[in-house]
Amino acid sequence: MEGNLNALTTVFTEFYYWVTIVMMFLIHVGFCTYEVGVARRRHHLKTLMKNAMAIPLVTITFYFFGWWIYFAFVNGPGIVDGGLIQSNFAEPWSPLMSAHLSGVNPGEVDVTPAEAAYWHRINGVFWGAFLLFSITTASIISGAIIERARSGAFWIVAVLIGSVMWILDASWGWHPQGWMVRLWGYHDAYASGVVHAIAGGAALAFLIVLGPRVGKFRADGTPRDIPPHNVWLVTVGLFLIYTGFWGFYAACNIPIISPEGIAGQITGTTWTATNIYLTPTSLSAITFNFLMSLSGGMMAGYIISKGDPFWTFSMGLCGVISASAGNDLYHPIQAMLIGAVVPCIAYKLHYFVERRFKLDDAVGAVAVHGYGGFMGVVVAGFVLWGVPSSPYEGFAQINPLGNFAGAVVMVLLGFVPTFIVCKILNSFGLLRVPAKVELEGVDFAIHKTFEATVREVMAAEKALVNK
Amino acid sequence: MSTNGMENWAVDLKDVGAIYPFQGSEVLLVILGLVFWIGWHVIQTRQENAEIAADLAADRSGDETRAAIDRY
Repeated sequence: MEGNLNALTTVFTEFYYWVTIVMMFLIHVGFCTYEVGVARRRHHLKTLMKNAMAIPLVTITFYFFGWWIYFAFVNGPGIVDGGLIQSNFAEPWSPLMSAHLSGVNPGEVDVTPAEAAYWHRINGVFWGAFLLFSITTASIISGAIIERARSGAFWIVAVLIGSVMWILDASWGWHPQGWMVRLWGYHDAYASGVVHAIAGGAALAFLIVLGPRVGKFRADGTPRDIPPHNVWLVTVGLFLIYTGFWGFYAACNIPIISPEGIAGQITGTTWTATNIYLTPTSLSAITFNFLMSLSGGMMAGYIISKGDPFWTFSMGLCGVISASAGNDLYHPIQAMLIGAVVPCIAYKLHYFVERRFKLDDAVGAVAVHGYGGFMGVVVAGFVLWGVPSSPYEGFAQINPLGNFAGAVVMVLLGFVPTFIVCKILNSFGLLRVPAKVELEGVDFAIHKTFEATVREVMAAEKALVNK
Repeated sequence: MSTNGMENWAVDLKDVGAIYPFQGSEVLLVILGLVFWIGWHVIQTRQENAEIAADLAADRSGDETRAAIDRY
């Protein structure tokens, strides 16, 4: 790296993303805590492992092909000029996907020393930050299907959504050159659509094929409430998700960039933070809006659910998600109001869909992430109408139609492939555990072994006491 | 026309101030925010009153209350 300022910028950026990765891990601690809190005791361990094993599975597959998809599919391919983009640095066999310093490797074409000095250092932490988004996207689906889905089925869908579909949608609508940004002016700064709506769409498809838990619906078709076994644990989990979301938000920004770093599209000499589209924002802006939208969601959630802890916390998360698409630009009170109104609609939709379509979403994932994310993207299209979506010339401006179409694309990218894969798995009997196992509890064998082991140890110890 | 007044980003950032949409509506936004806040307290109080009234009306014999005390 040449020059102290360049070196500092690079090392700061590297450290910045590294910190966001650590913070985002809390999202997964939260998801696991939350799901185990919702699941009944006889399903605990499998529920925990179902979600937890998404972490390594999405990690290795995101290394193998997910990161490459993000850079290679920016044009569609073929939707705008050009096919697949050559992305050597993201291929799993590239030396740049490993311990690497700042030089240009022999054989690397079209890479300047300046690019190498920056990008080669950033590759690992940038990959890691995107990976944590990937695991989040997969993890969202996990909670909806607890107590009756086979773990293996979920893990296949987790890889499909976490390492293929979400990163494809990010390539299209969450990349500075993505075709949806260029053609439609799609704007989704903190991933209402690209993470949450797609995950909600996937969860919806999974639930439709999977069916409800045994006992969820009465003989007349009306739904029973199956309360979480430990509401306190659920709320701690959601608190942890809130905490991890600070990392999520920060990781959606480029922390520091010069006007030259945006090809001189922004004039002058003022350096700035930007969103993923390279348009200016600041950590202060998103701090205002994150907290105000969270507060709007919690307050509205408290009222609409009459103080129910599960829904109050969930609506807080939904408040953030529903304002996320435009939280780089909203006024804090706008963020609060959006964060209050959208979760109320999502809450009502949850119970309507449950009654009308017999959908058993155990944690409200489709409501919080799917409906909340979808509506969040649509709202941003109206509130930010006409704002330039990119610093680059020739890009469409943010508009309601572009964001609506984009939100539909996000849901479909989750829904359609998940529906197909679940249908195939179901046809082989690989989607759902048998009803007997569901009633025994998916941890039945584990518990029996545990109890037998405990009995033997206790008997052995008591025998020693009597000698 | 854009909702935040920005037509493109080819600007010197030192010359740009607020970038939120509908600038000029800050007072209205604050009023809406205050209505939301005060309204929340009003509705919450009504809900809590109804909840307490229901609690008072329940368990006339005191058996469930004694059981609740036993559960600590």
